[in-house]
Amino acid sequence: MKESNFKYIINGLIKENPTFVLMLGMCPTMAVTTAAMNGLGMGLSTTVVLVLSNIMISALRKVIPDTVRMPAYIVVVASFVTIVQFLLQAYVPSLYAALGLYIPLIVVNCIILGRAESFASKNGVIASMCDGIGMGLGFTCALTIIAAVREFFGAGTIFGIDAIKHLGYEPVSILVLAPGAFLVLSVLTALQNKLKAPSATNVPQGDSIACGGNCFNCADKICSENHGKLAEAKAAFLAEKAAKAEAAKAAKAAAEAKPAEEVKPAEENK
Amino acid sequence: MNVSAAPHVRSKDTTSSIMRDVAIALAPTLIFGIWNFNRYGYGLNAFLLIVICVVFCVGTEFIYEKLMKKPNTIGDLSAVVTGLILALNLPATLPLWIAALGSIFAILVVKMVYGGLGQNFMNPALGARCFLVISFAARMTAFPAEFPGVSVGVDTVATATPLTALKAGATVDVFKMFIGTTSGTIGETSVVAVLIGAIYLVARKVISLRIPVTFIVTTLVFVELFGGHMGDMNYLLAHLCGGGLVVGAFFMATDYVTSPITPMGQIVFGIIIGILTGIFRLFGGSAEGVSYAIIITNLLVPLIERFTMPKAFGKEAVKK
Repeated sequence: MKESNFKYIINGLIKENPTFVLMLGMCPTMAVTTAAMNGLGMGLSTTVVLVLSNIMISALRKVIPDTVRMPAYIVVVASFVTIVQFLLQAYVPSLYAALGLYIPLIVVNCIILGRAESFASKNGVIASMCDGIGMGLGFTCALTIIAAVREFFGAGTIFGIDAIKHLGYEPVSILVLAPGAFLVLSVLTALQNKLKAPSATNVPQGDSIACGGNCFNCADKICSENHGKLAEAKAAFLAEKAAKAEAAKAAKAAAEAKPAEEVKPAEENK
Repeated sequence: MNVSAAPHVRSKDTTSSIMRDVAIALAPTLIFGIWNFNRYGYGLNAFLLIVICVVFCVGTEFIYEKLMKKPNTIGDLSAVVTGLILALNLPATLPLWIAALGSIFAILVVKMVYGGLGQNFMNPALGARCFLVISFAARMTAFPAEFPGVSVGVDTVATATPLTALKAGATVDVFKMFIGTTSGTIGETSVVAVLIGAIYLVARKVISLRIPVTFIVTTLVFVELFGGHMGDMNYLLAHLCGGGLVVGAFFMATDYVTSPITPMGQIVFGIIIGILTGIFRLFGGSAEGVSYAIIITNLLVPLIERFTMPKAFGKEAVKK
């Protein structure tokens, strides 16, 4: 695997995580993350569709006329979603029942259309596949984490296994209801920002760039401009840090030198 | 001649003096609540709930500001009032840890993360109450039994409040509800105790009557029109004295931060809460709807203020 392709996977997983950084696909994120299993199932279904649609759209990118690209993308995505839907219905009916309407709604999931529009339609098949894998896994991880937190506190279980309920824990059931999704997502995103986890926007001046940190608005020229600005900011930040470190070093050296000088006369007095 | 910059007339009111007045005004209701539920054997628990709510509200604010390196604001007493109001909204049977959780939610999630006092978009105590009602529905409606001699034991504590009984079609004793010797949350049972505090607040000019009166009158008109008991005075008075209508109108809807400041806006605010309360009480799933009505209307406050902005003297009306 080429190194750049690997970079696309990591990019989707961490740096441009669709849920915590791009804030895409909020509808399934809010709706299906009531239990860790549902989150995982939804994430993996979306990943499959995303990878397949990215490959297909990338392969057809020279064939699809620009003016009708959206309907064309939707036809491609909808075909894959239908396949996934039937497979789920046949082999994991319980998950199918739990996810319900949200499986057909994968068609209009903005991560899939977003990646088709901003990545697959401009890059090669292999790169698009890697991007799909990265974005899909990033989405899956985010959904599973949110769902696990909600299930843990809201029902006292994880993946349906009794975690703390047998200890007499009383579930805070608001967390498995709709408000809980907003609470958990916001807290996790805040934590991610606070801990400065690596992401496209968690850099100095990340929030002041033109796109407001929303990678979905990123396209063509603005995108490269923003990346330039971010790189500049990062370089400036690093330079400042280096300068500070240098200054600190100098100060430390000076401080060390001073006592040495002071000690000397004392010794001479002896 | 003495020359100085405006303002020339200053009010002696400060946030802490206002909050102290509110706390004093809440005292009769709280004391009555403890006495009332002591008859059911939950007096001590009711007292501890009040203490826990206040301690955890103030403590959460203090710790949050310490951790975030923000100026300490617990001296303004607003957290104390939040704790007291939250305690009014809890049933006397509630385990203490739920009250602590609710207090932390009220201060941390509803108030502090939005920027502290003055920035919260909804009444923190009511936000926490709704959080608890959704999370622990059974415990939050476990009101002590009306007749302790009849039903004893933890399993049988849940009983109907007068309002639930009313909704089920029973007749209720309005005089008892007015005095407050009925079941319900700690602070909602006694209209008399609330009115004593309310008179104090109005006399001290801490609250104006615009919001409470429009709120209560609108609710009663709505109930009269759509309740299906046209002309039944007992039914109407039961809706007035039952549940959290009076305590909500005087102590919760009048919260400075989450109510409009324009006089016209306050009237609109009261009317909207009144209509919502009526809808929730008559057509909703549960018998009571004051707290939901208030927090939903809290969200409308910026909009209400925008449309009721008074014309500045000598200027044309603000263009909408």
